[in-house]
Amino acid sequence: MSEPLLPPIGMLAELTHRCPLQCPYCSNPTELLKANREMDTQSWLDLFEQAADLGVLQVHLSGGEPTLRRDLEQLIAGLSARSVYTNLITAGVGVAEGRVEAFAEAGLDHLQLSFQGARPATTEMIGNHRGSHEKKLETARRARAAGLPLTINAPIHRHNIEEVPEFIELALSLGAERLEIANVQYSGWALTNRDALMPDRAAVDRQAEIVEAARERLTGIMNIDFVTPDYFAIYPKPCMGGWARDAFMVAPDGMVLPCHAAQTIPSLSFERFGERSLAEIWTDSPAFNAFRGTDWMQEPCRGCERREIDWGGCRCQAMAIAGDPAATDPACVKSPIHARMANFIAAANSTGSERTAESFIYRRIGAVTEPA
Amino acid sequence: MIEVRQRAIVSRQSTPSLPKHVRIQFDPVRQAFAVLSPEKVFWPNEISLDILRRCDGRSDVGHIIADLAAEYGAEEDEIASDVTAFLQEWADKLLVKL
Repeated sequence: MSEPLLPPIGMLAELTHRCPLQCPYCSNPTELLKANREMDTQSWLDLFEQAADLGVLQVHLSGGEPTLRRDLEQLIAGLSARSVYTNLITAGVGVAEGRVEAFAEAGLDHLQLSFQGARPATTEMIGNHRGSHEKKLETARRARAAGLPLTINAPIHRHNIEEVPEFIELALSLGAERLEIANVQYSGWALTNRDALMPDRAAVDRQAEIVEAARERLTGIMNIDFVTPDYFAIYPKPCMGGWARDAFMVAPDGMVLPCHAAQTIPSLSFERFGERSLAEIWTDSPAFNAFRGTDWMQEPCRGCERREIDWGGCRCQAMAIAGDPAATDPACVKSPIHARMANFIAAANSTGSERTAESFIYRRIGAVTEPA
Repeated sequence: MIEVRQRAIVSRQSTPSLPKHVRIQFDPVRQAFAVLSPEKVFWPNEISLDILRRCDGRSDVGHIIADLAAEYGAEEDEIASDVTAFLQEWADKLLVKL
Protein backbone atom coordinates (compact mmCIF):
# COMPACT_ATOMS: atom_id res chain seq x y z
CA MET A 1 0.00 0.00 0.00
CA SER A 2 1.50 3.29 -1.06
CA GLU A 3 -0.47 5.32 1.50
CA PRO A 4 -2.19 4.50 4.80
CA LEU A 5 -5.78 3.30 4.63
CA LEU A 6 -8.07 6.20 5.49
CA PRO A 7 -11.72 6.06 6.54
CA PRO A 8 -14.31 6.74 3.80
CA ILE A 9 -15.94 10.18 3.59
CA GLY A 10 -18.78 9.53 1.16
CA MET A 11 -21.27 6.77 0.47
CA LEU A 12 -23.72 6.37 -2.38
CA ALA A 13 -26.73 4.33 -1.29
CA GLU A 14 -28.71 2.91 -4.20
CA LEU A 15 -31.83 2.17 -2.23
CA THR A 16 -33.75 0.60 -5.10
CA HIS A 17 -33.46 -0.13 -8.81
CA ARG A 18 -37.14 0.65 -9.34
CA CYS A 19 -37.71 3.84 -11.31
CA PRO A 20 -40.58 5.44 -13.25
CA LEU A 21 -38.11 6.64 -15.90
CA GLN A 22 -36.24 4.53 -18.43
CA CYS A 23 -33.23 6.71 -19.33
CA PRO A 24 -31.01 4.84 -21.79
CA TYR A 25 -27.82 5.97 -19.98
CA CYS A 26 -28.79 4.86 -16.47
CA SER A 27 -25.73 4.09 -14.35
CA ASN A 28 -27.43 1.09 -12.76
CA PRO A 29 -26.20 -2.31 -13.93
CA THR A 30 -28.01 -3.79 -16.94
CA GLU A 31 -29.02 -6.62 -14.64
CA LEU A 32 -31.52 -4.80 -12.45
CA LEU A 33 -32.74 -6.07 -9.08
CA LYS A 34 -36.45 -6.41 -8.37
CA ALA A 35 -38.07 -4.98 -5.23
CA ASN A 36 -37.88 -8.33 -3.41
CA ARG A 37 -34.07 -8.14 -3.45
CA GLU A 38 -33.93 -4.79 -1.64
CA MET A 39 -32.61 -4.53 1.91
CA ASP A 40 -35.26 -3.75 4.51
CA THR A 41 -35.48 -0.58 6.58
CA GLN A 42 -33.64 -1.91 9.61
CA SER A 43 -30.71 -3.22 7.53
CA TRP A 44 -30.25 0.17 5.88
CA LEU A 45 -30.46 1.90 9.27
CA ASP A 46 -27.84 -0.51 10.69
CA LEU A 47 -25.63 0.13 7.66
CA PHE A 48 -25.94 3.90 8.14
CA GLU A 49 -24.96 3.56 11.82
CA GLN A 50 -21.86 1.60 10.86
CA ALA A 51 -21.05 4.07 8.09
CA ALA A 52 -21.20 6.98 10.54
CA ASP A 53 -19.00 5.07 13.01
CA LEU A 54 -16.52 4.37 10.25
CA GLY A 55 -16.20 8.09 9.35
CA VAL A 56 -18.70 8.62 6.54
CA LEU A 57 -19.78 12.27 6.56
CA GLN A 58 -22.01 12.41 3.49
CA VAL A 59 -24.56 9.96 2.15
CA HIS A 60 -26.10 10.30 -1.27
CA LEU A 61 -29.50 8.61 -1.37
CA SER A 62 -30.08 7.41 -4.87
CA GLY A 63 -31.53 4.57 -6.96
CA GLY A 64 -33.33 3.90 -9.25
CA GLU A 65 -35.76 6.35 -7.77
CA PRO A 66 -35.16 6.56 -4.01
CA THR A 67 -38.53 8.20 -3.27
CA LEU A 68 -40.19 4.89 -4.23
CA ARG A 69 -38.94 3.61 -0.88
CA ARG A 70 -41.80 4.33 1.50
CA ASP A 71 -39.33 4.37 4.40
CA LEU A 72 -37.19 7.16 2.93
CA GLU A 73 -38.22 9.66 5.64
CA GLN A 74 -37.12 7.13 8.27
CA LEU A 75 -33.78 6.54 6.53
CA ILE A 76 -33.11 10.28 6.31
CA ALA A 77 -33.98 10.70 9.99
CA GLY A 78 -31.56 7.90 10.90
CA LEU A 79 -28.71 9.61 9.10
CA SER A 80 -29.65 13.01 10.41
CA ALA A 81 -29.57 11.73 13.99
CA ARG A 82 -25.91 10.86 13.38
CA SER A 83 -25.21 14.31 11.81
CA VAL A 84 -24.46 12.71 8.44
CA TYR A 85 -24.99 15.15 5.56
CA THR A 86 -27.82 13.79 3.41
CA ASN A 87 -28.22 14.40 -0.31
CA LEU A 88 -31.31 13.06 -2.06
CA ILE A 89 -30.77 12.28 -5.75
CA THR A 90 -34.19 12.11 -7.36
CA ALA A 91 -35.87 12.22 -10.75
CA GLY A 92 -38.72 14.12 -9.07
CA VAL A 93 -41.50 12.20 -10.84
CA GLY A 94 -44.37 10.67 -8.89
CA VAL A 95 -43.35 12.12 -5.53
CA ALA A 96 -46.56 12.16 -3.48
CA GLU A 97 -47.96 15.36 -2.03
CA GLY A 98 -46.32 16.29 1.26
CA ARG A 99 -43.30 14.04 0.95
CA VAL A 100 -40.71 16.66 -0.03
CA GLU A 101 -41.78 18.56 3.07
CA ALA A 102 -41.50 15.35 5.11
CA PHE A 103 -37.95 14.77 3.82
CA ALA A 104 -36.99 18.29 4.88
CA GLU A 105 -38.66 17.72 8.24
CA ALA A 106 -36.66 14.50 8.69
CA GLY A 107 -33.45 16.50 8.28
CA LEU A 108 -32.61 16.28 4.58
CA ASP A 109 -29.72 18.64 3.81
CA HIS A 110 -29.85 18.93 0.04
CA LEU A 111 -31.88 17.78 -2.95
CA GLN A 112 -30.49 16.99 -6.39
CA LEU A 113 -33.08 16.86 -9.14
CA SER A 114 -32.39 15.49 -12.60
CA PHE A 115 -33.73 16.95 -15.83
CA GLN A 116 -33.33 14.80 -18.94
CA GLY A 117 -33.99 17.80 -21.15
CA ALA A 118 -34.40 21.54 -20.75
CA ARG A 119 -37.47 21.21 -23.00
CA PRO A 120 -40.49 19.09 -22.02
CA ALA A 121 -40.39 17.03 -25.23
CA THR A 122 -36.73 16.07 -24.64
CA THR A 123 -37.33 15.15 -21.00
CA GLU A 124 -40.25 12.95 -22.03
CA MET A 125 -38.38 11.28 -24.88
CA ILE A 126 -35.22 10.45 -22.88
CA GLY A 127 -37.02 9.17 -19.79
CA ASN A 128 -39.78 7.59 -21.91
CA HIS A 129 -42.36 9.09 -19.56
CA ARG A 130 -45.19 11.44 -20.54
CA GLY A 131 -45.66 14.53 -18.41
CA SER A 132 -42.40 14.03 -16.55
CA HIS A 133 -41.05 17.56 -17.17
CA GLU A 134 -43.97 19.31 -15.47
CA LYS A 135 -43.72 16.93 -12.50
CA LYS A 136 -40.03 17.77 -12.11
CA LEU A 137 -40.77 21.49 -12.15
CA GLU A 138 -43.33 20.91 -9.42
CA THR A 139 -40.80 18.94 -7.33
CA ALA A 140 -38.29 21.78 -7.71
CA ARG A 141 -40.88 24.31 -6.54
CA ARG A 142 -41.79 22.17 -3.55
CA ALA A 143 -38.13 21.76 -2.62
CA ARG A 144 -37.61 25.53 -2.67
CA ALA A 145 -40.81 26.10 -0.71
CA ALA A 146 -39.60 23.60 1.91
CA GLY A 147 -36.35 25.59 2.19
CA LEU A 148 -34.18 22.86 0.66
CA PRO A 149 -31.03 23.77 -1.23
CA LEU A 150 -31.28 22.56 -4.82
CA THR A 151 -28.93 21.15 -7.45
CA ILE A 152 -30.17 20.55 -10.98
CA ASN A 153 -28.46 17.61 -12.65
CA ALA A 154 -28.41 17.48 -16.44
CA PRO A 155 -26.95 14.33 -18.00
CA ILE A 156 -25.64 15.38 -21.41
CA HIS A 157 -25.45 13.41 -24.69
CA ARG A 158 -26.06 14.03 -28.39
CA HIS A 159 -29.85 14.42 -27.99
CA ASN A 160 -29.68 17.34 -25.54
CA ILE A 161 -26.20 18.83 -25.86
CA GLU A 162 -27.63 21.77 -27.80
CA GLU A 163 -29.92 22.50 -24.83
CA VAL A 164 -27.03 23.36 -22.47
CA PRO A 165 -27.80 27.13 -22.55
CA GLU A 166 -31.43 26.33 -21.76
CA PHE A 167 -30.41 24.05 -18.88
CA ILE A 168 -28.49 26.98 -17.40
CA GLU A 169 -31.54 29.27 -17.69
CA LEU A 170 -33.81 26.55 -16.30
CA ALA A 171 -31.61 26.02 -13.23
CA LEU A 172 -31.45 29.79 -12.63
CA SER A 173 -35.22 30.16 -12.96
CA LEU A 174 -35.74 27.39 -10.39
CA GLY A 175 -33.45 29.15 -7.90
CA ALA A 176 -30.89 26.32 -7.85
CA GLU A 177 -27.58 26.90 -6.06
CA ARG A 178 -25.85 24.36 -8.27
CA LEU A 179 -26.11 22.95 -11.75
CA GLU A 180 -24.32 19.82 -12.88
CA ILE A 181 -23.68 19.61 -16.59
CA ALA A 182 -22.68 15.97 -16.52
CA ASN A 183 -21.71 14.33 -19.77
CA VAL A 184 -22.85 10.73 -19.81
CA GLN A 185 -20.28 8.17 -18.65
CA TYR A 186 -20.32 5.12 -20.86
CA SER A 187 -20.83 2.29 -18.43
CA GLY A 188 -23.96 0.27 -17.66
CA TRP A 189 -26.92 1.19 -19.88
CA ALA A 190 -24.97 4.04 -21.50
CA LEU A 191 -22.43 1.54 -22.82
CA THR A 192 -25.28 -0.48 -24.34
CA ASN A 193 -26.61 2.71 -26.00
CA ARG A 194 -23.25 4.32 -26.75
CA ASP A 195 -23.73 4.77 -30.49
CA ALA A 196 -27.12 6.43 -30.02
CA LEU A 197 -25.84 8.79 -27.29
CA MET A 198 -22.35 9.83 -28.40
CA PRO A 199 -22.14 13.52 -29.36
CA ASP A 200 -19.81 14.86 -32.05
CA ARG A 201 -16.65 16.80 -31.34
CA ALA A 202 -17.95 20.16 -32.58
CA ALA A 203 -20.90 20.01 -30.20
CA VAL A 204 -18.61 19.03 -27.31
CA ASP A 205 -16.30 21.96 -28.01
CA ARG A 206 -19.24 24.40 -28.22
CA GLN A 207 -20.57 23.06 -24.94
CA ALA A 208 -17.24 23.64 -23.18
CA GLU A 209 -17.19 27.28 -24.33
CA ILE A 210 -20.78 27.88 -23.24
CA VAL A 211 -20.19 26.36 -19.79
CA GLU A 212 -16.95 28.29 -19.29
CA ALA A 213 -18.63 31.59 -20.17
CA ALA A 214 -21.63 30.83 -17.95
CA ARG A 215 -19.40 29.95 -15.02
CA GLU A 216 -17.73 33.32 -15.26
CA ARG A 217 -20.99 35.21 -15.71
CA LEU A 218 -22.66 33.38 -12.80
CA THR A 219 -19.86 33.58 -10.23
CA GLY A 220 -21.50 34.05 -6.85
CA ILE A 221 -24.95 33.41 -8.35
CA MET A 222 -24.96 29.70 -9.26
CA ASN A 223 -22.21 27.08 -9.17
CA ILE A 224 -21.81 25.00 -12.31
CA ASP A 225 -20.05 21.65 -12.05
CA PHE A 226 -18.92 20.40 -15.43
CA VAL A 227 -18.35 16.69 -15.89
CA THR A 228 -16.52 16.55 -19.20
CA PRO A 229 -16.97 13.63 -21.60
CA ASP A 230 -14.29 10.94 -21.15
CA TYR A 231 -14.05 9.90 -24.78
CA PHE A 232 -12.94 13.41 -25.79
CA ALA A 233 -10.45 13.78 -22.93
CA ILE A 234 -6.66 13.87 -22.77
CA TYR A 235 -6.41 12.64 -19.20
CA PRO A 236 -8.85 10.35 -17.38
CA LYS A 237 -10.95 11.33 -14.40
CA PRO A 238 -9.87 10.21 -10.94
CA CYS A 239 -12.84 7.85 -10.86
CA MET A 240 -14.43 7.83 -7.36
CA GLY A 241 -11.41 9.94 -6.30
CA GLY A 242 -9.36 6.74 -6.56
CA TRP A 243 -10.59 3.16 -6.14
CA ALA A 244 -11.75 2.56 -2.53
CA ARG A 245 -9.87 5.66 -1.42
CA ASP A 246 -12.51 7.84 0.24
CA ALA A 247 -15.88 6.71 -1.10
CA PHE A 248 -17.91 3.60 -1.91
CA MET A 249 -21.43 2.57 -2.80
CA VAL A 250 -24.04 0.09 -1.72
CA ALA A 251 -26.44 -1.65 -4.14
CA PRO A 252 -30.13 -2.22 -3.26
CA ASP A 253 -29.39 -5.76 -2.02
CA GLY A 254 -26.62 -4.58 0.30
CA MET A 255 -23.66 -5.45 -1.91
CA VAL A 256 -20.85 -3.08 -0.94
CA LEU A 257 -19.01 -1.91 -4.05
CA PRO A 258 -16.06 0.40 -4.80
CA CYS A 259 -18.12 2.03 -7.61
CA HIS A 260 -21.46 1.49 -9.32
CA ALA A 261 -20.03 -0.42 -12.30
CA ALA A 262 -17.58 -2.57 -10.32
CA GLN A 263 -19.62 -5.70 -10.92
CA THR A 264 -18.66 -5.53 -14.61
CA ILE A 265 -15.16 -6.69 -13.57
CA PRO A 266 -15.51 -10.47 -13.61
CA SER A 267 -12.32 -11.22 -11.66
CA LEU A 268 -13.68 -9.48 -8.54
CA SER A 269 -16.11 -10.86 -6.01
CA PHE A 270 -17.98 -8.63 -3.63
CA GLU A 271 -19.41 -8.87 -0.16
CA ARG A 272 -22.83 -8.06 1.18
CA PHE A 273 -23.52 -5.91 4.21
CA GLY A 274 -24.70 -8.18 7.00
CA GLU A 275 -22.45 -11.06 6.05
CA ARG A 276 -19.56 -8.90 7.24
CA SER A 277 -19.44 -5.52 8.92
CA LEU A 278 -18.91 -2.41 6.84
CA ALA A 279 -15.54 -1.77 8.53
CA GLU A 280 -14.32 -5.26 7.63
CA ILE A 281 -15.42 -4.89 4.03
CA TRP A 282 -13.81 -1.44 3.71
CA THR A 283 -10.54 -2.68 5.19
CA ASP A 284 -10.21 -6.29 4.10
CA SER A 285 -12.38 -6.98 1.07
CA PRO A 286 -10.12 -8.30 -1.74
CA ALA A 287 -12.23 -6.34 -4.25
CA PHE A 288 -11.60 -3.07 -2.38
CA ASN A 289 -7.90 -3.82 -2.09
CA ALA A 290 -7.52 -4.92 -5.72
CA PHE A 291 -6.93 -1.41 -7.11
CA ARG A 292 -6.27 0.63 -3.99
CA GLY A 293 -3.37 3.07 -4.02
CA THR A 294 -0.79 2.67 -6.80
CA ASP A 295 0.87 -0.73 -6.21
CA TRP A 296 -1.44 -2.53 -8.66
CA MET A 297 -0.54 -0.21 -11.53
CA GLN A 298 1.14 -1.25 -14.75
CA GLU A 299 3.02 1.00 -17.13
CA PRO A 300 2.36 3.71 -18.23
CA CYS A 301 0.51 4.46 -14.95
CA ARG A 302 3.19 3.07 -12.65
CA GLY A 303 5.85 5.58 -13.62
CA CYS A 304 3.48 8.45 -14.43
CA GLU A 305 3.73 11.72 -12.53
CA ARG A 306 -0.09 11.92 -12.58
CA ARG A 307 -0.63 8.55 -10.88
CA GLU A 308 -1.86 10.17 -7.65
CA ILE A 309 -3.88 12.79 -9.54
CA ASP A 310 -6.08 10.50 -11.61
CA TRP A 311 -5.31 7.15 -9.93
CA GLY A 312 -5.23 5.35 -13.27
CA GLY A 313 -8.71 6.59 -14.20
CA CYS A 314 -11.71 4.29 -14.33
CA ARG A 315 -11.15 0.54 -13.74
CA CYS A 316 -14.48 -0.33 -15.33
CA GLN A 317 -13.67 1.63 -18.48
CA ALA A 318 -10.30 -0.16 -18.66
CA MET A 319 -12.24 -3.43 -18.39
CA ALA A 320 -14.83 -2.45 -20.99
CA ILE A 321 -12.42 -1.15 -23.61
CA ALA A 322 -8.99 -2.67 -22.91
CA GLY A 323 -10.38 -5.94 -21.53
CA ASP A 324 -8.07 -5.61 -18.51
CA PRO A 325 -9.21 -3.88 -15.31
CA ALA A 326 -5.58 -3.08 -14.37
CA ALA A 327 -4.86 -1.34 -17.68
CA THR A 328 -4.53 2.42 -18.00
CA ASP A 329 -7.94 4.00 -18.60
CA PRO A 330 -8.08 4.34 -22.42
CA ALA A 331 -9.34 7.91 -21.92
CA CYS A 332 -5.70 8.75 -21.08
CA VAL A 333 -3.57 9.97 -23.98
CA LYS A 334 -0.75 7.77 -22.62
CA SER A 335 -2.81 4.60 -23.02
CA PRO A 336 -1.54 2.47 -25.93
CA ILE A 337 -5.14 2.09 -27.09
CA HIS A 338 -6.21 5.72 -26.60
CA ALA A 339 -6.96 5.97 -30.36
CA ARG A 340 -9.88 3.58 -29.88
CA MET A 341 -11.80 6.36 -28.14
CA ALA A 342 -11.68 8.52 -31.27
CA ASN A 343 -12.70 5.49 -33.33
CA PHE A 344 -15.76 4.96 -31.14
CA ILE A 345 -16.70 8.63 -31.57
CA ALA A 346 -16.26 8.37 -35.33
CA ALA A 347 -18.21 5.12 -35.57
CA ALA A 348 -21.08 6.54 -33.53
CA ASN A 349 -21.22 9.66 -35.70
CA SER A 350 -21.10 7.94 -39.07
CA THR A 351 -24.51 8.12 -40.69
CA GLY A 352 -26.96 5.43 -39.76
CA SER A 353 -30.20 4.74 -37.97
CA GLU A 354 -28.34 3.89 -34.76
CA ARG A 355 -27.85 7.60 -34.09
CA THR A 356 -31.53 8.30 -33.48
CA ALA A 357 -33.55 7.99 -30.32
CA GLU A 358 -35.67 5.29 -31.99
CA SER A 359 -32.77 2.90 -31.46
CA PHE A 360 -32.58 3.43 -27.68
CA ILE A 361 -32.66 0.32 -25.57
CA TYR A 362 -34.62 1.86 -22.73
CA ARG A 363 -33.68 0.94 -19.19
CA ARG A 364 -36.14 -1.56 -17.82
CA ILE A 365 -35.95 -4.87 -16.04
CA GLY A 366 -35.26 -7.66 -18.51
CA ALA A 367 -34.44 -5.37 -21.47
CA VAL A 368 -30.85 -6.62 -21.71
CA THR A 369 -30.51 -9.40 -19.15
CA GLU A 370 -33.04 -11.35 -17.11
CA PRO A 371 -33.60 -9.96 -13.63
CA ALA A 372 -31.47 -11.49 -10.90
CA MET B 1 -40.33 32.03 -11.20
CA ILE B 2 -37.88 33.02 -8.53
CA GLU B 3 -35.94 36.24 -8.76
CA VAL B 4 -32.40 35.46 -9.87
CA ARG B 5 -29.74 36.15 -7.25
CA GLN B 6 -27.09 38.81 -7.68
CA ARG B 7 -23.42 38.31 -6.89
CA ALA B 8 -22.74 39.78 -3.43
CA ILE B 9 -19.55 41.77 -2.82
CA VAL B 10 -17.95 41.82 0.63
CA SER B 11 -17.86 45.16 2.43
CA ARG B 12 -17.16 46.13 6.03
CA GLN B 13 -20.92 46.32 6.54
CA SER B 14 -21.70 42.81 5.26
CA THR B 15 -23.01 40.40 7.89
CA PRO B 16 -21.89 36.98 6.63
CA SER B 17 -23.59 33.75 7.63
CA LEU B 18 -23.44 30.11 6.59
CA PRO B 19 -26.30 29.13 4.28
CA LYS B 20 -28.56 26.25 5.24
CA HIS B 21 -26.70 23.77 3.06
CA VAL B 22 -23.32 24.44 4.70
CA ARG B 23 -22.35 23.42 8.19
CA ILE B 24 -19.27 23.16 10.36
CA GLN B 25 -19.04 19.91 12.25
CA PHE B 26 -16.46 18.24 14.46
CA ASP B 27 -15.57 14.80 13.12
CA PRO B 28 -14.65 12.51 16.02
CA VAL B 29 -13.13 9.91 13.66
CA ARG B 30 -10.55 12.32 12.21
CA GLN B 31 -10.42 14.63 15.25
CA ALA B 32 -10.87 17.66 13.00
CA PHE B 33 -13.50 20.19 11.99
CA ALA B 34 -15.11 19.61 8.61
CA VAL B 35 -17.23 21.96 6.54
CA LEU B 36 -19.99 19.95 4.87
CA SER B 37 -21.65 21.18 1.69
CA PRO B 38 -23.42 19.56 -1.27
CA GLU B 39 -21.02 17.03 -2.83
CA LYS B 40 -17.98 18.49 -1.04
CA VAL B 41 -16.26 18.26 2.33
CA PHE B 42 -13.66 20.89 3.25
CA TRP B 43 -11.01 20.67 5.97
CA PRO B 44 -10.34 24.32 6.81
CA ASN B 45 -7.22 25.38 8.68
CA GLU B 46 -7.43 27.11 12.04
CA ILE B 47 -7.62 30.65 10.69
CA SER B 48 -10.29 29.76 8.13
CA LEU B 49 -12.30 28.11 10.89
CA ASP B 50 -11.97 31.18 13.07
CA ILE B 51 -13.42 33.30 10.27
CA LEU B 52 -16.22 30.86 9.44
CA ARG B 53 -17.24 30.51 13.09
CA ARG B 54 -17.77 34.25 13.26
CA CYS B 55 -20.16 34.16 10.28
CA ASP B 56 -23.23 34.25 12.51
CA GLY B 57 -25.37 36.63 10.46
CA ARG B 58 -25.12 39.33 13.14
CA SER B 59 -21.46 40.38 13.27
CA ASP B 60 -20.41 42.63 10.40
CA VAL B 61 -17.12 42.16 8.59
CA GLY B 62 -15.56 45.19 10.31
CA HIS B 63 -16.34 43.65 13.67
CA ILE B 64 -15.06 40.22 12.59
CA ILE B 65 -11.75 41.74 11.47
CA ALA B 66 -11.35 43.65 14.74
CA ASP B 67 -12.14 40.54 16.72
CA LEU B 68 -9.67 38.37 14.80
CA ALA B 69 -6.96 41.05 15.03
CA ALA B 70 -7.38 41.11 18.81
CA GLU B 71 -7.26 37.33 19.04
CA TYR B 72 -4.17 36.96 16.87
CA GLY B 73 -2.41 40.06 18.24
CA ALA B 74 -2.26 41.56 14.75
CA GLU B 75 -3.06 44.97 13.28
CA GLU B 76 -6.51 45.17 11.64
CA ASP B 77 -4.97 46.53 8.44
CA GLU B 78 -2.63 43.52 8.23
CA ILE B 79 -5.43 40.96 8.15
CA ALA B 80 -8.31 42.93 6.60
CA SER B 81 -7.53 42.12 2.99
CA ASP B 82 -6.98 38.40 3.71
CA VAL B 83 -10.26 38.10 5.61
CA THR B 84 -12.15 40.01 2.92
CA ALA B 85 -10.62 37.91 0.13
CA PHE B 86 -11.46 34.69 1.98
CA LEU B 87 -15.07 35.73 2.49
CA GLN B 88 -15.42 36.82 -1.14
CA GLU B 89 -14.05 33.50 -2.35
CA TRP B 90 -16.44 31.53 -0.15
CA ALA B 91 -19.35 33.80 -1.10
CA ASP B 92 -18.55 33.26 -4.77
CA LYS B 93 -18.81 29.52 -4.20
CA LEU B 94 -22.14 30.11 -2.39
CA LEU B 95 -20.65 28.68 0.80
CA VAL B 96 -21.04 31.95 2.70
CA LYS B 97 -24.08 34.23 2.50
CA LEU B 98 -23.47 37.99 2.66
